[in-house]
Amino acid sequence: MSEQTTAPKAEKEPEEQAPARARDLTSWLPTLVDSIAAVVLALVVGAVLIVFSTPRVIESLSYVFSYPLDFFEYALVAVWDGYRALFTGSMGSLGAWERTLERAAPLVCAGLGVSLAFRSGLFNIGAQGQMLLGALVAGYIGFSWDLPVGLHALVALAGALVAGGLWGAMAGVLKARTGAHEVITTIMLNYVGRFVMLYFLGKEALQRPDSDNLLSPPPADSARFPELGSLHIGVLLAVLAALAVWWLLERSTLGFEMRAVGANPDASRTAGMSVAKVYVLAMTLAGVLAGLAATMQVLGKGDSLTDQVAGTVGFDAITVALLGRATPLGTVLAGLLFGALSAGGLAMQGAAGVPPELAQVLQALIVLFVAAPALVRGIFRIRGKGEGSGVMATGWGA
Amino acid sequence: MTDTTVTRTPEVPVRERADVRRQVRLVVTLGLALALLLWFAVVIDDPTVSYVLGERVTREFQPQPFNGAIVSWAAVAVTGAALALAAVNRFPKGWLGGLLMVLVGLSFYLAFLVWAYADQTGSFSAAIANPIPGTIRVATPLVLGALAGCLCERAGVINIAIEGQFLAGAFFSSIFASVAYSSLVFIPVALCAPFGMLGGVLAGVLIAALLGLFALRYQVNQVVLGVVLTAFASGLTAFLLGQIPGDRKAELNDPEILQEIRIPGLADIPVLGEALFNQTILVYLMYASVALVTFLLFQTRWGLRVRAVGEHPKAADTVGIKVNRVRWQAVLLGGVFAGLGGAYYTVGSTGAFDRDVSAGTGFIALAAVIMGRWHPVGAAFAAVFFGFMLNLKTQLGFVDKLPTDLLGAAPYLATLIAVAGFVGRVRPPAADGVPYVKS
Repeated sequence: MSEQTTAPKAEKEPEEQAPARARDLTSWLPTLVDSIAAVVLALVVGAVLIVFSTPRVIESLSYVFSYPLDFFEYALVAVWDGYRALFTGSMGSLGAWERTLERAAPLVCAGLGVSLAFRSGLFNIGAQGQMLLGALVAGYIGFSWDLPVGLHALVALAGALVAGGLWGAMAGVLKARTGAHEVITTIMLNYVGRFVMLYFLGKEALQRPDSDNLLSPPPADSARFPELGSLHIGVLLAVLAALAVWWLLERSTLGFEMRAVGANPDASRTAGMSVAKVYVLAMTLAGVLAGLAATMQVLGKGDSLTDQVAGTVGFDAITVALLGRATPLGTVLAGLLFGALSAGGLAMQGAAGVPPELAQVLQALIVLFVAAPALVRGIFRIRGKGEGSGVMATGWGA
Repeated sequence: MTDTTVTRTPEVPVRERADVRRQVRLVVTLGLALALLLWFAVVIDDPTVSYVLGERVTREFQPQPFNGAIVSWAAVAVTGAALALAAVNRFPKGWLGGLLMVLVGLSFYLAFLVWAYADQTGSFSAAIANPIPGTIRVATPLVLGALAGCLCERAGVINIAIEGQFLAGAFFSSIFASVAYSSLVFIPVALCAPFGMLGGVLAGVLIAALLGLFALRYQVNQVVLGVVLTAFASGLTAFLLGQIPGDRKAELNDPEILQEIRIPGLADIPVLGEALFNQTILVYLMYASVALVTFLLFQTRWGLRVRAVGEHPKAADTVGIKVNRVRWQAVLLGGVFAGLGGAYYTVGSTGAFDRDVSAGTGFIALAAVIMGRWHPVGAAFAAVFFGFMLNLKTQLGFVDKLPTDLLGAAPYLATLIAVAGFVGRVRPPAADGVPYVKS
């Protein structure tokens, strides 16, 4: 977009300058403080919601003037119970950690895909559709082919990556060839992907014999990811994917081209880069990563195929990528946080009767406050000049 | 190669490559359409199909049989003629070309319907029904959402939160209408549902205020913001819905729905009248809103300012326009329309609010904004196109010739083809999504 009107933060790309390495370490601190303050603020707003969703507290409001202590006591107990359940359910025990990691792994993978596209100047809303296609192929290979252990999982994994990649590539090719806006095409491909899934689920070959619902058989044991302890190997794959994306973006020529195109496609074209190639490759890789996320659900958790197999992971991935500021490390951390909130949200419902939707509200609030450091700093009176919020594309792109 | 041609026979005009590509694309598209139409015409065994002028078969509207073969072959003729024109590069340009394309599209649609409804083997014979009433209904929230998007983005604020505004609007209009009904003291029954629309507007403006606060005051990246506000509204409405105890549902989330109002005179026009002028007040508000927003943006001083701060805020600031104030106004006004659009999903159609009741249509409205090139009228037409396709999907659900799931994907595939083939590269307002910081 036009440079003269861009806020000053836009030109601050820390990784562009080599001597900035030393400064990077110190610039971490305010970001970390901001992020923690944002989480605290979100929890405070969440506490208000918990208070007003507890019947006992509402009842005590009716006599708050005669026994004010009741109200405060009940409110405190409700908030304490809720957040303790949130914490113990996500990080309080080994099992809780496993649940958190298992929920975080697909979020991280799909989030990496969104981040990668973002850095190339593309707003990929299509992780959901790419995941569905990946899940479809992984699931089909998983339950219908007969292959030896190990090889079976590998083939199913490869199939999912290819399917997700092809679905992503379609948006990239459309953008590169015709200029069709990727926001429209990825939204539409999400819907199309869902109907493709439904169409195949209606076929004899994918129908579970004993069920009337649109439900496939679960993947065969030979196609499942091997487990380390009780955690499947997909978590490791997510970490490897994050490393690969980091290397790609920061250390490879293609990654440099991606970042250049993301920063300014016109300048990159003038410099001799193929913008079309970058768009197609970025969307393909984003799709591959979403396909990887899908395998976590199908081959990792062992879910049967339905049209809900991707859950809301594809959409949450956008928030994860944005919270992680479209960097690999940030995406991993954001994915962990969201995995923890999701695992803890269920525990919160079970133990304290707090509706699980609260976790979704908390997620949104955290991202909102992380993105608005000025607000958080104002409320907590943190001094110092924070960085701006966004590193990503400021506009629609052209 | 062109060089040699030029030097040898200079009188042959050299055509630009883009022009040639346009022709090739046109020929390929029309050729495919013609092939399909021929197939439609040939495979029909019994070309007798029936139609009704109403939306469904009623006592007033009885199915009328007619010979579909005429329609099929007429469509083949029209498309063939267009293909011949394109092949010799005589396809008309400008509005005449547009008209011809519309004609081809219409004949394709009719021939497709004839093919789909002919040779039915189902237990009851389905009739081709009037698609316009359903289209208008489905398109109403989409148009309103797209108008909200247009207003915001023309002022330079990206609005991806239309879906969030829909959800908040839908929830609070249901609550307002239900509460108004259960506390009859204040409001007559007939006004409960319109009162609900007021709640929708307030909720839409509330989300718009959050959008404005974070985008303009705190300069949060607006793409991030829109996604987050949508997640927030979705989570919050689901959370609040869970707070309504079962025994108080009738009191809080079971609104009266808007009644159709027949406009005398206009509603008596055959085919169209009933469809366009026997609708709820929300639909009439939608018509008025398109005109209003177009007028505001392109005929008033305020609209000029809105477009100025969206294209070049610095220049606007230089001549004394308060950039952020104008942006705030546009964003909040957009919230009114998006909130009304949200009201459609409860008081305007089914009544009670359900979790994620708008089912992603806010994003379709966003697509309509882009497809309509950030112009209210263009966006409204794009939204009506979506409404038409979504309604077609519902109407063809009875036809056993088409697999339901692939049919379900058709509106979205059609959009992909339309965007990739005909809309192509679009140019957003120059300062869209860029916060303005006075230097």
